[in-house]
Amino acid sequence: MIQLLTSAIAFGTIIMFGAMGEILIEKAGNLNLGIPGIMYLGGIGGLIASFFYELNGGTNPFVGILLSILCCMACAAVGGLIYAFLTITLRANQNVTGLTLTIFGGGVANFLGGSLNTIAGGVGQISVPITSAGFRWYAQTFAGENWFMRIFLQRGFMAFLAIVMALVLYYFMNRTRTGLNLRAVGENPGTADAAGINVTKYKYVANIVGAGISGLGGLFYTMDYIKGTWANDGTIEGLGWLAVALVIFASWRYLRVLFGSYLFGLVYWAYLYIPGLNRSTLELFKMLPYVVTLVVLIAVSLRKKRENQPPASLGLPYFREER
Amino acid sequence: MAKNTKKEPLFRMSKRGEVMPGWKAWGTRFIGFLLSLVVSAVVIFAITGLNPIEVFAKMGEGAFGSAKKSWVTVRDAMTMLCIAVGLAPAFKMRFWNIGAEGQILVGGLASAACMIYLKSLPGLVLIIVMMITSLIAGGLWGLLPAVFKAKWNTNETLFTLMMNYIAIQLTSFFVAQWENPPGSNSVGVINGRTGNQGWLPNLFSSGFNKDFGWNVIIVLAVTLFMYLYLNKSKHGYEISVIGDSQRTARYAGIRVNYAFVRTMVLSGAICGLAGFVAVSGSSHTISTSTAGGRGFTAIIVAWLAQFNSIVMIIFSFLLVVLQKGAQQIATSFGLNKYISEMITGIILFFLLGSEFFVNYKLRFRGRKEK
Repeated sequence: MIQLLTSAIAFGTIIMFGAMGEILIEKAGNLNLGIPGIMYLGGIGGLIASFFYELNGGTNPFVGILLSILCCMACAAVGGLIYAFLTITLRANQNVTGLTLTIFGGGVANFLGGSLNTIAGGVGQISVPITSAGFRWYAQTFAGENWFMRIFLQRGFMAFLAIVMALVLYYFMNRTRTGLNLRAVGENPGTADAAGINVTKYKYVANIVGAGISGLGGLFYTMDYIKGTWANDGTIEGLGWLAVALVIFASWRYLRVLFGSYLFGLVYWAYLYIPGLNRSTLELFKMLPYVVTLVVLIAVSLRKKRENQPPASLGLPYFREER
Repeated sequence: MAKNTKKEPLFRMSKRGEVMPGWKAWGTRFIGFLLSLVVSAVVIFAITGLNPIEVFAKMGEGAFGSAKKSWVTVRDAMTMLCIAVGLAPAFKMRFWNIGAEGQILVGGLASAACMIYLKSLPGLVLIIVMMITSLIAGGLWGLLPAVFKAKWNTNETLFTLMMNYIAIQLTSFFVAQWENPPGSNSVGVINGRTGNQGWLPNLFSSGFNKDFGWNVIIVLAVTLFMYLYLNKSKHGYEISVIGDSQRTARYAGIRVNYAFVRTMVLSGAICGLAGFVAVSGSSHTISTSTAGGRGFTAIIVAWLAQFNSIVMIIFSFLLVVLQKGAQQIATSFGLNKYISEMITGIILFFLLGSEFFVNYKLRFRGRKEK
């Protein structure tokens, strides 16, 4: 049971970062289907920074962590910037651009993740033991002391960072002027523009910052979840789509994301604890998180409560002269 | 904030008054494509230090280096084309069907099931049964989100996305059921040793999957059908009206919800048929990677071709040639094959960006209005 909770928290943290970034982007009226690509870019960016740091003899884990977080957010933000430029300035279709970003991000990350060591003249898989251990330092010290520590201290500091970030973003979105303006941009950019809000600026900033936050999900996956290595198995892509699903599940609210992500984690790992499954029926149980999301999606559309609906201008481009 | 003394911006964007003539529009896109190749070359050089010209030459070799390689390129381009053609009607009416992955998989599953359980049927009958079941399976997978969209306006983008994962798990379930040999966690080549039942034969020679196969005929027939359906039929006209404006369509008396359901069944069915083409015409097996991301890539093919089925042929080939070429690079330079997705991404970004210059023009500061 404790094992299940630990796995659920680890799993939930990854998609929580992804979903938090996506909410920020969607609140500005952009449906970014490039979240998997952005998480890929973030994951590989952080990994590369710490890889080169350790390759050149760096031994201080704090410098490694700092470098990898900065590089992760920068790489993810570049992905967000490409998307923002194409959809906001060049008015390309958001869905198609997002899908392209997913292909591009996955390509870049898997290519570099698989080849970086060869290019740098090494053998085998990329690995960053020092920085990765830094990401998980107390997790190794306290793991297994008692049930409390085993649930809450099994994972590195980024699991807590996610929770703090969700609360901060909740405050920002609901209690600050800027957050209110951002929501106005996503609901009705024409009105926001008339009220003197710089729509283009808000959209750009939301897209870039949101992408940076989503990228952290990829970093948590590479540094903590798989302990500072790289795997070309497409896991991040699947997680990225789940993050997009989580946004719907949480109906665009940060506090619901906080609980929803752990719930997704529980549902995802539940099959391990259901007795009497064989290898094939187990696969059917792995459908659960997706079926649950579908049910929520349908329920929300049936009830039609105003506050659970997506931002009104989600997916639509804004061009002042075509209003 | 805004001061009246502010200088006029360097340039302004405005919608073109008239529609760009066809050759000019395609010229603009071609310039975008060339630019993307230049950027890809710079990126390749920056990362690997390899000579980009050599890399592109190797890519050409990878796609068309031998008769077998050429056929594999054509075969995969046909599968991609089939998916893109299937997606076209849905996207043309702005129904965001990103569930092609799932529709391909269930179509492929239906085909594989027929190959396993109905192999005693005579050859041609079996293939026809496989086609029909895969069409039905894909159609059902498309029907579900369309019904919810029509009845309760449930968001179809996310609905179809979730259906993908349900299809993937369903495939994993059947792969575990049909496992051959036991413990391998894969289905293996179906009917490979027992007479190749349900395999699409070659067109001009005996045997399977060595030379031009029936895949080409089937897919080109579907492509032609879709071209006529979208451009010459009443249904096609309704689809384009709905795509431009749902309100106009309602006002004109088009039953929008009925059209959603009808079109999505057709769209899903053709994607299901693509699953049949992939299973029966090329891999002869089923796995969770049978769709392999092509359901997403094909959306971009359909979009860039402006839903013109004939133009999609060009874009399908472009993307598949890139992928094959990149696999060649990966093996000959000791890199990994994902470089193709990176280059594909760069090219698509530029093609998407070039659409802007087709529809809008820039006016620079100081220039006089014409």
